[in-house]
Amino acid sequence: MKAARWWGLAALLVIAVVASVAVGTIAFSPSQIVRAVRGLGDPTTVFVVRFLRGPRALLAVLVGAGLGISGGALQGTLRNPLAEPYLLGVSGGAAVGAVLATLAGLPPGALPLAAFAGAILAVVVTFFVAHVSGARGDSRTLLMAGVVVGAFANAAIMLALANATPDTIRNAVWWMMGSVADASWSSVLVLLIYTALAGGFLVLLGRDIDALALGEDAAAGLGLNVDRSLRRIFLVASLVAAATVASAGLIGFVGLIVPHMARALGLTRARSQLLACALLGGILVVLADLAGRVAMPATEIPLGAITALVGVPFFLIKLRRLR
Amino acid sequence: MISFDGVTVRYPRAAADAVASVSFAAERGMLTAVVGPNGSGKSTLVRSLLGRLPVQAGAILVDGQVAGGMHRRDLARKVAVVTQREELAFPVSVRDYVSLGRYAHRGLFSTEGVGDNAAVGGAMQSAGVDALALRSVDELSGGEWQRVRLARALAQETGAIVLDEPTTFLDIGHEMAVFELLHKLARGGLAILLVSHQLNLVARFADHIILLHRGKVAASGPPDQVMRAEILERVYEWPLVVARDPAVGAPALIPLRAARPIKGDGGV
Repeated sequence: MKAARWWGLAALLVIAVVASVAVGTIAFSPSQIVRAVRGLGDPTTVFVVRFLRGPRALLAVLVGAGLGISGGALQGTLRNPLAEPYLLGVSGGAAVGAVLATLAGLPPGALPLAAFAGAILAVVVTFFVAHVSGARGDSRTLLMAGVVVGAFANAAIMLALANATPDTIRNAVWWMMGSVADASWSSVLVLLIYTALAGGFLVLLGRDIDALALGEDAAAGLGLNVDRSLRRIFLVASLVAAATVASAGLIGFVGLIVPHMARALGLTRARSQLLACALLGGILVVLADLAGRVAMPATEIPLGAITALVGVPFFLIKLRRLR
Repeated sequence: MISFDGVTVRYPRAAADAVASVSFAAERGMLTAVVGPNGSGKSTLVRSLLGRLPVQAGAILVDGQVAGGMHRRDLARKVAVVTQREELAFPVSVRDYVSLGRYAHRGLFSTEGVGDNAAVGGAMQSAGVDALALRSVDELSGGEWQRVRLARALAQETGAIVLDEPTTFLDIGHEMAVFELLHKLARGGLAILLVSHQLNLVARFADHIILLHRGKVAASGPPDQVMRAEILERVYEWPLVVARDPAVGAPALIPLRAARPIKGDGGV
């Protein structure tokens, strides 16, 4: 991809973030925003920009970037265009963690930690199941283990919610739909660390992802330690996904469609593809959050619903092209 | 260069050995071919060389070192492998595909250097695919794809190339072109180890043939020693005759029809 296109993507991301901060119940002009960032002007504007919409927009960028990189890495490694970040038990485990925390009456602040713990536990169980089934560097076994763990998590959630009060159910379901409304600078910082470190690691492993695209035997012939590479990529990609889930709940479709968009831009090598996935994911989630706030100002449409609404037509177009 | 020394491999949870006590060597400058019926253990040998299957007994040696004990990267600098099946989920350009052969020569942080570029360019030229550089691999014909895969192996700049059925699905012309190329590469000093079903082509091109039967070596030697009717009939469980290739005199195998020919069906 030409340098101009990279600058174009970066500019789009900046524009999306500025628009997301500018638009809302009270609209701000770009100059007002710049002044407010520096702490100047009307105190309400400063507060809204600095502590509400600013962190919210940045959290949306990081969630999108993390999901994009994670999805891109998993699709490339599994050689499957339907792979996505939640594949290896992340979503099911996170939901179980969140539901249990809600049922236990823990304060809302404990929810992200519970979700993160649930997601990590589910990923560990997925790897354990795959290992016990005798998967020796065979990613298909791991995929199936992920499906099994996900199904088990769904059953656990249904059991847990069967006798819960309507309020608890509402809270749990609302959390599962995903939102960046509760963004704070500390949540932005935590996710920044995860996304930068784990995302950067995945980009470095791009060469391995390229080699694995040939299949596991052929990758071994190129000099790759297949088992070790697969383990690293799956674990780190799931870790990024778990971190995004902890800060914003479940946001479907982003990790699934963003890699397709990157490929549509003509990016075939994993390293540049993953970088583009980060930018595209950021743009997509910021815009989805903005759309959710603007379309129904009183209630806000859940973020996960918007990304799915965008994702479905995108996939329909792709399907038409495939034929 | 590559020697199999009493190699025994058994798949996990299998009742019998897939290959048992197989010994032979593939030397530099030679085209060595492994042939045998379906399920005789040909691909098993390739997968165990790659370290994808555990070797129960014996050893696979590459330049005198046990392959299983080598660092994968070091092994890939000595032996390139073109596996039987390979299908990319997401298409890349031919140039990018061939440059994957440089994996073992590059570090985690290094970008493609002058040496890499030269190796990739040279490999594409040797395999005759330099004109395809910018094409996407999913737009290639079967013959082009096999040559591009061979170019990738050449870009690895190894002393040996192992190929598992590189001419499956190719027509006669493309098949001959691949065999001529492999022969030329062997004469150029590479050790070429070829797994193939094409007995007649192997008989014409190979210096040494290993015939596998149910995981064991049934015959091993130059084409004239291995391509004998009594040996092949027993291994392939089918009646056949061995004739002579009119051009170079190599043994040529002709499988017979199962039923007797109908009397008087010869003339027009």
